[in-house]
Amino acid sequence: MAHPSTEQVWEWLEAVPDPEIPVLTLTDLGIIRNVDWEGDTCVVTVTPTYSGCPATSIINLDIETALRDKGLTDIELRNQLDPAWTTDWMSEKGREKLEEYGIAPPQPAGGPERCPHCGSPNVEKLSQFGSTPCKAQWRCTDCLEPFEYFKCI
Amino acid sequence: MADVDNKALFEFLVRMGDNTLILGHRVSEWCGHSPILEEDIALANTALDLLGQTKMWLDYAGKVQGEGKSADDLAFLRDGWDLRNVLLVELPNGDFGQTLMRQFLFDAYHSIILGHLLKSSDDDVRAIAQKASKEVTYHLERSADTVVGLGDGTPESHKRMQAALDYLWPYVGEMFETDDIDRAMAAAGVAPEPSGLKADYDALVGRVLADATLTIPGGNYVHKGGRNGYMHTEHLGHLLCEMQWLQRAYPGCEW
Repeated sequence: MAHPSTEQVWEWLEAVPDPEIPVLTLTDLGIIRNVDWEGDTCVVTVTPTYSGCPATSIINLDIETALRDKGLTDIELRNQLDPAWTTDWMSEKGREKLEEYGIAPPQPAGGPERCPHCGSPNVEKLSQFGSTPCKAQWRCTDCLEPFEYFKCI
Repeated sequence: MADVDNKALFEFLVRMGDNTLILGHRVSEWCGHSPILEEDIALANTALDLLGQTKMWLDYAGKVQGEGKSADDLAFLRDGWDLRNVLLVELPNGDFGQTLMRQFLFDAYHSIILGHLLKSSDDDVRAIAQKASKEVTYHLERSADTVVGLGDGTPESHKRMQAALDYLWPYVGEMFETDDIDRAMAAAGVAPEPSGLKADYDALVGRVLADATLTIPGGNYVHKGGRNGYMHTEHLGHLLCEMQWLQRAYPGCEW
């Protein structure tokens, strides 16, 4: 049986939004590690962002739904822990979209570069954790707006 | 996969998984009760990480055991005497300071052992450790900062943190007890002998507690019996009663 190319499958996955941060797609996040055909089975390898992230099972469901909508029936999702997910795998496009959305993108320095609202570099940490496992809470000391920062791991 | 006795490997895996399971549940008890919103969110996130790690450890334990048990089966259908967590993690939350002191004393050990497991001869153990160690580094940073903030804080917060340390310290030693299972794991290169981690632990904990202006209590008495299944404290039964209630009342319930 002829099946769509892996490039085609990647393209479809590029359109699947993250359930918690819908401005990002799953490929922006860098959690799709591989797409391959094993016989007639389309194998998609996914790595979790955080081990307890409740979005993980929804993400798997969304991948399956998206591919079924494109006519694939034989789909297998594989969970891969090693190498562990890192924010280095987030796409450049994803970082820009995050900032536009009001979430400061991850920085190797361990904190946001600037306030995603006014662009000021004067920011302070409110809490090491935020509304999802992948974020922390910060505040701008110029415009005084609180914002979320995507933790760098 | 290392050449190792599956029974011993299973024991090692449930020791790892039960520590994160029980501490994760304890920390989740704070959800909606913390002194301020940011701490509530932080504690809930920490609990979530620990429960996620539990799933990885216990899924693998179930696979090694070979009786077709899932992580859920192992978490919700074993009774107290089958749990292998150290006593420290089942102790009650006490006040916020005691919870954070317990967290710090465990995080310090957790980060050190995970660091060694990154070099495990067992592929699955290594993969889980890779994932977990990133999260635990973050936990340790926060719990250490909070212990220093509260220890070196007001006279009231200092007094409470010292009381928490006095209460919890006799439970620390159990994390470094070494038995035949640990020796089998070490011989197979799966995990380090816990006794060998003590020097790094003492250095790390000593530094933070000194910054926190707290005094490590004297005396060598060690409460133990959790990780080898000899005897848990009375607190574990109460915890399981709540945690396992649903599966006990409605066996096999799914949603």
